[in-house]
Amino acid sequence: MFGLRGTVAIASDASRRLLQSVSFHGVGARCLNIRAGMEIPDNKPLKFALQYIHGIGRARAAQILSELNMSNKLAMDLTRREVVALDDVLSKYVIGRDLAGLVDRDIKRMKDIQCYRGIRHVDNLPCRGQRTSTNARTRKGSQRVSVAASKKLKK
Amino acid sequence: MTRSLKKNPFVANHLLRKINTLNTKAEKEIIVTWSRASTIIPTMIGHTIAIHNGKEHLPIYITDRMVGHKLGEFAPTLNFRGHAKNDNRSRR
Repeated sequence: MFGLRGTVAIASDASRRLLQSVSFHGVGARCLNIRAGMEIPDNKPLKFALQYIHGIGRARAAQILSELNMSNKLAMDLTRREVVALDDVLSKYVIGRDLAGLVDRDIKRMKDIQCYRGIRHVDNLPCRGQRTSTNARTRKGSQRVSVAASKKLKK
Repeated sequence: MTRSLKKNPFVANHLLRKINTLNTKAEKEIIVTWSRASTIIPTMIGHTIAIHNGKEHLPIYITDRMVGHKLGEFAPTLNFRGHAKNDNRSRR
């Protein structure tokens, strides 16, 4: 997810970056640092910029904005105080690396106690009762050549 | 859909009775059960329960981290060890 954010930063063109760094000293980098290790793109409305954080989707972004009574302005137009307020609200949620860690720990717990879902995680197969005779390609990986097809290829 | 909290977790009565009697005694023994649908509750911690997998009973030692899961989750009913290797040589 951090890689994704990096590409966003690169995508914003250089001239704009220059303009920003002149007019908004301090806050006006390409990405706005909100909490430790969390950045949101500067050039997007807040509602959409917040969604670059892992664990914040459309619903939660809208909820945060309404909680703060904040208009949906660009992230770079935030004042210092607004950034602090945003930081306050964000600290209520489990987001970013904390969330990823939480999910990893939950999966590891299931693997450790060897319950059915844990076993399915170990085998890289779907855990929620989906069929695996066909489909299940998300967990199984890209389509492999079946035995019958490979025989045909050999001939 | 999750079970209503007011009903408390489901545990088969016969299993609950066995565990309660075992808890009053000092010694422990393996509890054989077919009830895969029973939830693991804190009173079961430390017991070894042999859970039916459709064919035989697999003894599972219950730890505190298993609480809240069902017994059947720990006794897999399928044992898939990969597809049988093709015996092409014998056929030729």
